[in-house]
Amino acid sequence: MSAIHIRGLGKAFDGRPVLRGIDLDVPDGGVLALLGPNGAGKTTTVRIVATLLEPDTGTVEVAGENVVRERAAVRRALALTGQDVAVDTVLTGHENLALVAALRGLRRRASRRRAAELLEHFDLADAADRRVGTWSGGMRRRLDLAAAVVVQPRVLVLDEPTTGLDPRSRQAVWSAVRELVLAGTSVLLTTQYLEEADRLADDVAVLDDGRVVARGTPAELKARIGDTRLELELRDADAFARARDAVAARVVGADEGSLTLALATDDSPASIRALLDLADPAGDRLVRFGVRTATLDDVFLAVTAHAKEPARV
Amino acid sequence: MSDLVIPSAATQARVLVGRAVRLSLRTPDALIVALTLPVMLMLLFVYLFGGALDATGHYVEYVVPGVLLLCATFGASTTAVAVCADLTGGVVDRLRSMDVGGPAFLAGHVAASLARNAASTLLVLAVALAIGFRSPAGVLGWLGAAGVLALFVLALSWFAAALGLLARSTDAANGLTFFLAFLPYPSSAFVAVATMPAWLGAFSAHQPVTPVIESIRGLLLGRPVAGDIWTAIAWCTGLLAVSVVLSAVLFARRTAGARS
Repeated sequence: MSAIHIRGLGKAFDGRPVLRGIDLDVPDGGVLALLGPNGAGKTTTVRIVATLLEPDTGTVEVAGENVVRERAAVRRALALTGQDVAVDTVLTGHENLALVAALRGLRRRASRRRAAELLEHFDLADAADRRVGTWSGGMRRRLDLAAAVVVQPRVLVLDEPTTGLDPRSRQAVWSAVRELVLAGTSVLLTTQYLEEADRLADDVAVLDDGRVVARGTPAELKARIGDTRLELELRDADAFARARDAVAARVVGADEGSLTLALATDDSPASIRALLDLADPAGDRLVRFGVRTATLDDVFLAVTAHAKEPARV
Repeated sequence: MSDLVIPSAATQARVLVGRAVRLSLRTPDALIVALTLPVMLMLLFVYLFGGALDATGHYVEYVVPGVLLLCATFGASTTAVAVCADLTGGVVDRLRSMDVGGPAFLAGHVAASLARNAASTLLVLAVALAIGFRSPAGVLGWLGAAGVLALFVLALSWFAAALGLLARSTDAANGLTFFLAFLPYPSSAFVAVATMPAWLGAFSAHQPVTPVIESIRGLLLGRPVAGDIWTAIAWCTGLLAVSVVLSAVLFARRTAGARS
């Protein structure tokens, strides 16, 4: 059974479509990252999965329960950390967690014990009795995550969990998420950071303008647009145009302003030599070249850039 | 997890009342203003204007009910701002994802408002007694006055919570409740309605604060209050009913739309 199962999900606000028929699956114990630019529909998807919004069309199931018809059951199986850190800054870390534990139905003693356990686990024990207002952004994020998992959820939904954090805090949140996954929790995560998807997710779905425009494992997506890319910087506009035409079928990126072309290739010397010969047969068009591995950034730009040249696979 | 039970709405409401009270206690600057401002206003009215308004020196007995209502209307902004902050800051999302309903959430803030008002009321009464307030009322009179005041505070707090759900930001919530703080002035709180210009007197005589004040004043001073008390109860239950429905509608609407 899937942890999250979404078919044909559509949602509009005031007649303006935000989701236009989305299919997604998060397998039990899996991690799916939803990637996409601002306004692509990531948060709307998350809010529907978390039962905070009702879908207009399509079906959404969490842990086998329908998010509209079995809302209470879904809410018991699921935990959410939203884009805002939803903790009380004038309360201490311990008080915040004990509060959530009490709302989840733990008795007073059990609430306190669970709060202490989580503070220890998320490396917040030293600050447990200080007001959260004095904590750093990274510590607050970890507390927010701890609050979400006071009762270990079957499904955890994270909406941009590390936006605005410094690299060290981001690492700490990532390792906390990984531990939850090891303990059996399935995760749906939205992010704008491709590195985050690469680090945490088994599968990635790229959302753009309310549609899933690409999906696969991070490796598959990178392979799809060329695992390795040969980047060429041309001498002038004329050389740029001629080289582009000569290797048109392999172009995965072209920037006229900086006179650079990116070509899909593998990392064999023979293929790179052949591409160089095609693009620059007389050896007079090229200023420099480089070979690098594709990143998820390349995928992101290739599948979401409407204005640019279409990506060729 | 054997410790885990599915919590009832009542349990969740109780936890959220505790939270809201604790949040109030942890913001002492706001709390101190809420507690001392009514006392300062009472001293101002009694000692600065009291002699001119009532040469017999019993103005303190006239003004106490008005000051108590002033506490309530002044405190409405605290409730509205707290509700709005939870709505816009993600707390409501978290609560809803944990299956905590709108009624439990609002009840928490309203109950905290009642607790704050109880504290400021006791403080005002203590100071009033110290500066010469005397009441011939018996236990029933005091209980009646407390009941009317509590009903008014309950209705007003729920109304303030609805305004907090209406506002897009905490600043807006503060602004929406601003006019409530002025409601006791054009009423019989500080001067008799008969002394006002006709148009203002007409408004003052027919707004909800006046019958509430007349009821409390009458009960505390041992005068007959039959007409006023029913008008006061009608106003308060009406406002409460409207506010409960309005807040339920607003809660549903604000949580169903796009995230701004």
